[in-house]
Amino acid sequence: MIRVEDLDLGYGERLVLQGLNFEIAPGEFVGVLGPNGSGKSTLLHALSGLLPPQSGKIIIRDEHLGRLSSRLRAQIMAVVPQTSDVRFPFPCLEIVLMGRYPHRKRLGSLTDEDLLWALRSMRRTTTEHLQERPVTEVSGGERQRVVIARALAQDPKILLLDEATSSLDVRKKLEIFEILKFLNATQNLTVLCAMHDLNLAALYCRRLMFIKDGGILKDGPAEEVFTPAILGQVYETPMEVIRHPGHQRPYAVMLPLTPGDLEDVAPEAAQA
Amino acid sequence: MPETLTSAKTAVPLDLETARERRRTGSRRFAAALLVLSLGLLASVALATGIGRMEVSWHTVFSVILGKLGFTSTPADRTTEVVVWGIRLSRVVLSGLVGASLATAGVVFQGLLLNPLADPFTLGVSTGAALGVALLVMLGVGGSFLGLSPLPLGALAGALGAMVAVLALSRESAGRIRKESLILAGIVVSTFLSALISLIKSLDEESLSAIVFWIMGSFSGRGWIHVGFLLPYAVLGLVLAFAYHRELDILALGEEQSHHLGVAVSRVRLNLLLGASLLTAGAVSVSGVIGFVGLVVPHLVRVLAGPSHGRLLVLSAFTGALTLIWADVAARVILASGQELPVGVVTALLGGPFFFYLLKSRRARGMW
Repeated sequence: MIRVEDLDLGYGERLVLQGLNFEIAPGEFVGVLGPNGSGKSTLLHALSGLLPPQSGKIIIRDEHLGRLSSRLRAQIMAVVPQTSDVRFPFPCLEIVLMGRYPHRKRLGSLTDEDLLWALRSMRRTTTEHLQERPVTEVSGGERQRVVIARALAQDPKILLLDEATSSLDVRKKLEIFEILKFLNATQNLTVLCAMHDLNLAALYCRRLMFIKDGGILKDGPAEEVFTPAILGQVYETPMEVIRHPGHQRPYAVMLPLTPGDLEDVAPEAAQA
Repeated sequence: MPETLTSAKTAVPLDLETARERRRTGSRRFAAALLVLSLGLLASVALATGIGRMEVSWHTVFSVILGKLGFTSTPADRTTEVVVWGIRLSRVVLSGLVGASLATAGVVFQGLLLNPLADPFTLGVSTGAALGVALLVMLGVGGSFLGLSPLPLGALAGALGAMVAVLALSRESAGRIRKESLILAGIVVSTFLSALISLIKSLDEESLSAIVFWIMGSFSGRGWIHVGFLLPYAVLGLVLAFAYHRELDILALGEEQSHHLGVAVSRVRLNLLLGASLLTAGAVSVSGVIGFVGLVVPHLVRVLAGPSHGRLLVLSAFTGALTLIWADVAARVILASGQELPVGVVTALLGGPFFFYLLKSRRARGMW
């Protein structure tokens, strides 16, 4: 579905990620983890075609990403950004209907199928009641769910999420991930999400990719790479990984930093 | 399509009918507004043609127009015919076309640049077009060739030049355009170009009156030939703007999300800027710089018709035509001495306070 070969990414002179090589098969559920500024967003920008690679290749469904038409790319891939700012008071339903843009003919009018896709996506993100509300007047969390609905209405084969649920409360976060899990399981939707919430990642992502120091530090099944050693190395923080007695998924517990960990950054705290 | 977990739980079917009905209500309201505006426009053309120094009854106006269009034989005398058809009607039609062009250009600029204060005038595009025309007038290039005047081409070059300068000035290092700096850049460019026009004016006494005309904006002495000059530009610009109305909607989400939704952002933006420049250039080349129509009309229409650009473009074009037709009537008759006021003065008198209101209103900040 996605194949990346010898990919170098950066902005101008500054190289952020170097020598990336990986492949994501259809129907995978991948979490991209790493500390702030490690390049998670940069990777997602490149995969969505916003940031042209400095060198190397990105292949989407056997075609170079740069050679796909905008329309075809948007039929295959939808993206949910971290935040979104809409300037005009479009009703939320119209915002979700914009997700149908890559599927509509230039002069064709909106079909019932388009409308059904929009309504179904709004139900899936519990935003159905917001249909008529201007998007400029709903809360940040509601707007984010409207944007997720729009991405679902795009009927994509690949869904990229960049910290898409960070602004949502626990319940809404889980609802979104349950929907992603459901679409992943029933429709083979390929999901790739950059995230900070380790435990949310461990709960839903079957494969985890850790990014650190300009490259992929570790990439593998969650069961194998979600370990105290790797997490500690990635986040430079002592961690413990515990297996939940009920659902049997691992979860991480952070341990307080020791004076030794703190010496460089906060000497006063280390003294105390 | 399998049902979702959530819908399986609540088991309420998707309410397609209500959503469809709601959207249909919107379409019906749009159709009604369009009908009212079309009728208003037809009535305004007839009424505005009847108003002027020479008294002409509505009956005569209709009989001359119908006669000219070949529906009836013309009973009116030659003078009346020239006044009604040759002088007044052509001027009314021209002001309507210019109004439609400027209002549409305003919608495109505001939507594209996500800036409520953008319009051909505030961006300096109109002044750029005026400079293009002034240069050609100074060089003695004029007249017409196969019914086409070189002046709109000069205006187009000037408009595009000013546009590029304003965008370059307001672009920050990251490539983003800041709202405030865009208008500031527009004022800087516009002031500089006005100075250049004044310079041309003082270098070339002969073309003075012609150049003043393009700075102030007026329909004085314009006729059917100018309608002919403007028409290709107006039609092409209107078609370009309308062809991309869906993309204009999506561009409101910003460049990145438009990209994700499959809009070829660079190409669409270029075509839209070209369309708006064509409209501005055509308008300026026949009537000079008329400010504020492109600013005020889209705002008024947006309040009534909502943000969707398909409707906004059509209704703004009609409203712009109506506005400028009546502004020109005011310019013709408002002075008791019988002298004509430049129509640009009328629109500035009406539009200036509105611009002020926009700057002050919280809405302009919160909504955009």
